[in-house]
Amino acid sequence: MSQPVVTSHQATGTRSKPDTLTNEQRKTRLAWIFLAPSLLMIAIVAIWPLLQTLYQSFTDAILASPQPVHFVGLDNYKRLVQDLAFRDSIATTVRFTVITVVFETILGMIIALVINSQFKGRGLMRTAMLVPWAIPTVVSAEMWQWMYNDVYGVIDDLLMKLHIISKPVAFLALPSTALPAVAAIDIWKTTPFMALLLLAGLQVIPSDVYEAAKIDGANGIQQYFRITLPLLRPALLVALIFRTLDALRVFDVIYVVFGNRPDTMTMAVYNQENIVNFSDLGYGTTISVAIFIIIALFVLAYVSIFKVETD
Amino acid sequence: MATSVQAQQRTSRNESTGKKSPAGQVVLRILFYILVAIILFYTLAPFYWALRSSFTGPSELFATPISYFPHKPTFDNYAKVFESGDFRRALLNSTIVAGVVTLFALVFGSLAAYALGRFKFRGRTPVLYLILAMTMFPQIAILGALYALFKQFGLYNTLTALILADLVFTLPFTVWVLSSFFKQMPGALEEAAYVDGATPFQTFWKVLLPLSAPGMVTTGLLAFIGAWNEFLFAVSFTATPDKRTVNPAILYFAGSTGSSFDIPWGQRMAATVVVTIPIVVLVLIFQRRILAGLTAGAVKG
Repeated sequence: MSQPVVTSHQATGTRSKPDTLTNEQRKTRLAWIFLAPSLLMIAIVAIWPLLQTLYQSFTDAILASPQPVHFVGLDNYKRLVQDLAFRDSIATTVRFTVITVVFETILGMIIALVINSQFKGRGLMRTAMLVPWAIPTVVSAEMWQWMYNDVYGVIDDLLMKLHIISKPVAFLALPSTALPAVAAIDIWKTTPFMALLLLAGLQVIPSDVYEAAKIDGANGIQQYFRITLPLLRPALLVALIFRTLDALRVFDVIYVVFGNRPDTMTMAVYNQENIVNFSDLGYGTTISVAIFIIIALFVLAYVSIFKVETD
Repeated sequence: MATSVQAQQRTSRNESTGKKSPAGQVVLRILFYILVAIILFYTLAPFYWALRSSFTGPSELFATPISYFPHKPTFDNYAKVFESGDFRRALLNSTIVAGVVTLFALVFGSLAAYALGRFKFRGRTPVLYLILAMTMFPQIAILGALYALFKQFGLYNTLTALILADLVFTLPFTVWVLSSFFKQMPGALEEAAYVDGATPFQTFWKVLLPLSAPGMVTTGLLAFIGAWNEFLFAVSFTATPDKRTVNPAILYFAGSTGSSFDIPWGQRMAATVVVTIPIVVLVLIFQRRILAGLTAGAVKG
C-alpha cells in the first residue's frame, strides 16, 4: 500500500495538487466525502431543528402565525417550572417507564431462557417472538383496545369465566387501571424484543462453563444466579438502556388509546398537544428542551454508572 | 466465601441427583412445554382475536355472550376496508414513504458506514459519537422546529415532509449498523483491490458493497419497518386523508358508514390485519437476517 496508486479520481476530478497529498490525507479526504451526504442530511433534519428548538424556547413564537416573534427570555421556563400539568406528565411517564421496564425485563428473561434451551419448535417460537415487535404500535394499540372493550371484549369475558372479576370492568376508562392497562399493551409488544436481545447475550456464554458447574454439582438456580446472570450483565444493561429510553419518550400507544386525556398524558403527548393542537411553538419547544435534558441525563447516568463502552 | 460455595454445591449435588429420576424428568419436561405453550398463547392470542373479529359480521361481533370463533365467517369487513379510497391511498402513501426512506438511508448510510468502518481518520470518533447520539435522540424534541420548518417551505401535509422526518431516526441507525458490518469484513480483499489499481470508490462499489449485501438487506428491512410503523411525525405533519400513512389512517378510520359513536371494530380489525400482513411476511421471510441486524445494532449500541 506504500507505492503510489494512480486513481481515476485524481485523473479526472481533483487535478490541483494530488501528488502533494500523502496516502493518509487522501484517505481522510475521501472519508469525509463519503460521510458528507449523511452528515448534511442529519444537519438539516436533526441538528438545525434542534438549534431552532432551543432558540424558539426563548420566544413567544406561535406556529404559522404572521405575528412578529418576540424574545421573552426565560418566561417559558418560568412557566414550565410552575406547570402542574407538565409535572403530572413527568409522573405518568416515570410510572409507565417503571411498570413496563420491570415487567419486560422479567418476562423477557424467562422467554429468553426458554428459547435458549433445546426443544422442538424452538425456531418457530423465535419467529413468533419477532411478530409483535415488528407490527406498528397503532395496530397493537387498536387490537388491545378492542380486547379491553367492556361489553364485547375478550379480556373481561375471560376474567369473568376464570372468576377473577364478577362483572365487566372498563380497564382503560377507570383512572386507577388506565395506566397499568395501557402498559400491558406495551409489555406485550416489547417483551419479545427484550427476550431476543437477552437471548443474543445468552448465546455467547460458552457452554463449557455450564458443564464445569454441572460437574461441581450446581443446580439450575445456582447456575443461573452465579453464571448466567453475571455473564449476561452487559447484554442486560444495553437492553435496559434501550427500553428505558423508549419508555421515557412514549407517545404512540398512549395517544392512540387515550388521545389527550389529561390523567394519562406522558411528556411526549403533552408536548405534542402544545405544539400541534395549541400551535404554541414557544412553550412547546420549551417542553421539548426539558424532555431532551431529562432523557440526556438518563443516558449520562446509565453510561457513567455502568461505564458502557461505545466501540 | 469459597467454602460456603462449596458447601452449597455439595448440598445441591444431592438435590440434583434426586431430580435425575426418569419420572422427575418427565414432569419437568411437561412443565417446560406448558411454559412454552403459555408464552406462545400470550404472544399469538391477540393476533387470533384480531383475525377472528375481522371475519365476524357486526350482528355477531356486537352480541353477548361473545363467540370465540366466527360462526358465519364473512369477508364483508375486508371488502368495506378496501372500498375506502382513503385507506387504499394510505397504503400507497406508506409504501412510498417507507420505500423512499429505506432507499435514501441505504444509499447515504452505506457510504458513511464504509468511511466509518474501513477508514482510520481524524474526526472518526466524534462522528461515531454523533451518530450514536442520534440513534437515541428523542424525536419529540424536534417536532416543533420541524413543523415550523415544513410550514415555512410549504412542505406541511406532504409525503416529502414525512420522508425527511423519518430520516432523522432511520439514517443514523443505518449508518451505525452498517458500519459494524463493514468493520467485520476482512481487509485482504480491499488491499488486493487497491493493489490492482482500484480507487477507494471502486473498491467500495465493486468489492465491499456486493459483500455487504446481507447487511444491506437486514438494515434496509429494519429501516423499512421503522418507517412503516412511524406514528408521531405521521400524525403531526399531515392534515388531510389523502396524505395520511396507514397508522394515522387506522386511527381515524370511521368505516364507510360509521359515526364516531359507533366504532366499526370489525372493519378496524380488518384494517389492522391488512397493515400487519406485509410486515409479518417480511419477518417470516427474513427472520434470520432481522435477528442478526437487531443484535448487531443493539448489542454494539
